[in-house]
Amino acid sequence: MKEFALIFRLKDISDFKPTPEQMQERMNWLAGIASQNKLVDKGNTLLPFEGSAKTVKLNNVVTDGAYTEIKEFISGYIVVKADTIDEAVEMAKANPIFDQVAGSIEVREVLKRD
Amino acid sequence: MTAVLCRHFGLKHIEIAEDIASDTFLKASEHWAINGIPENPIAWLYAVAKNKTKDYIKNLSVFETKIKNELPISIQNEHDFEFDNQIISDSQLAMIFVVCSPVNSDESQICLALQILCGFNVEEIANAFLTKSETIKKRLQRARTALRNDNFQIKKLSEIEIKSRLDVVLKTLYLLFSEGYFSKTDDKQIRTALCSEATRLTLLLTENPLTNTPQTNALLALMCFQSSRLEARTNDKGEAVLFDEQDENLWDKSLIERGNYYLINATDGNEISKYHLEAGIAYWHATPTDQNKWKHILQLYNQLILIEYSPITALNRTFAFAKVYGHKSAIPEAEKLNLVESNYYHELLGYLYADTAVPKAIEHYEQAIKLTKSKTEKQTLKREIEQLRLSL
Repeated sequence: MKEFALIFRLKDISDFKPTPEQMQERMNWLAGIASQNKLVDKGNTLLPFEGSAKTVKLNNVVTDGAYTEIKEFISGYIVVKADTIDEAVEMAKANPIFDQVAGSIEVREVLKRD
Repeated sequence: MTAVLCRHFGLKHIEIAEDIASDTFLKASEHWAINGIPENPIAWLYAVAKNKTKDYIKNLSVFETKIKNELPISIQNEHDFEFDNQIISDSQLAMIFVVCSPVNSDESQICLALQILCGFNVEEIANAFLTKSETIKKRLQRARTALRNDNFQIKKLSEIEIKSRLDVVLKTLYLLFSEGYFSKTDDKQIRTALCSEATRLTLLLTENPLTNTPQTNALLALMCFQSSRLEARTNDKGEAVLFDEQDENLWDKSLIERGNYYLINATDGNEISKYHLEAGIAYWHATPTDQNKWKHILQLYNQLILIEYSPITALNRTFAFAKVYGHKSAIPEAEKLNLVESNYYHELLGYLYADTAVPKAIEHYEQAIKLTKSKTEKQTLKREIEQLRLSL
């Protein structure tokens, strides 16, 4: 089996804090993957707020907040295992984020550094 | 008693300690049958054991000095060989830590615990595991050798040792309990004995400040909640009674209250262990009134499966999911688990399909009958299939 990182991006910073119902749906989705024993790392949430996010650029230019020049910001990630990238994509498709808020999930195969 | 004697002899000579303990009980059964039970039976037993130990040491010294000219065991002054309540409970505690050693496999640890801590004989252990006595005997021998080679010191457990090994100890006690609760055997007496022994040993851990941790309390709460339903979950014929059909009047209310008490103790500190989550689930099961019950249970299962994957947790979580979101939406969740070798997987799918696709439900129940080893389960499933056939 290969490992894939699912990287979550959101469009609107006000969507970052989910309602209890949204949280429950997201937990159901995550636990659903864990129930198939396909969750490698339950990952972390990455805070996008001022004071919790800065971006460092060329010539020591530092900007406040999450990197948003592509209009979306990264809100978190998890790592799953799957036989093919298509299987990982199917997992991502089932994520309730698409019903809840505007955003995207990037699926990337993990190449281990060791 | 073996535990206290081992403290004296050292673990290497556990056989000597066991011999003395069983000699003592033999003498008791002879003496008590004739003279009646003494006023303080425990003190009597320990007094006899003490004398037998003195005799043994004397014989040993004679033998060793005359024939071998060396003393292999450093036997200390017999004056500090005392039995009091403190020493008894300390020794039992230490013995738990010796038996629950990571040098042995989970199964071997449970066998050892049953033999050394709970006083089961080989045959009783074999019955509990549905295995041949010969297999258990060999397993115990190997486990004992491993323990001896490990050379763990029973004399004084340091705080560091206790802390580093407590996780393993709790896990063994948890498995011991589960062995009883979900036992392969249909014998109700054995199952109840396993559960109550595991509970007794966990209770012992709550009596020492070093081992009385939130995790220990959570585990004990879990055991109390589960034990409260032991009576209700099998009928007179030993067949399993499904949760929905259990007679709540048979639930042991006092055990549920004990469970609540230990669960509250378990909330000291910030740590949430798998025992906390499982105790939480068992708490909701024992509290039938709340309408959001299954929502809470699903949330707890979600957290539990993120801490540690196990097929049983995955199946139970899906059952809770079905209770919250309906059987239809649970079917794809269940099928994704793909645990085709597990009878419980097919039982779950049979249950979920029963409302909408009876032939599929029957198919899964038949598959489950093929996979399960338990006779009573086969019977329960056959009845289920007959009922479904009637509805076709």
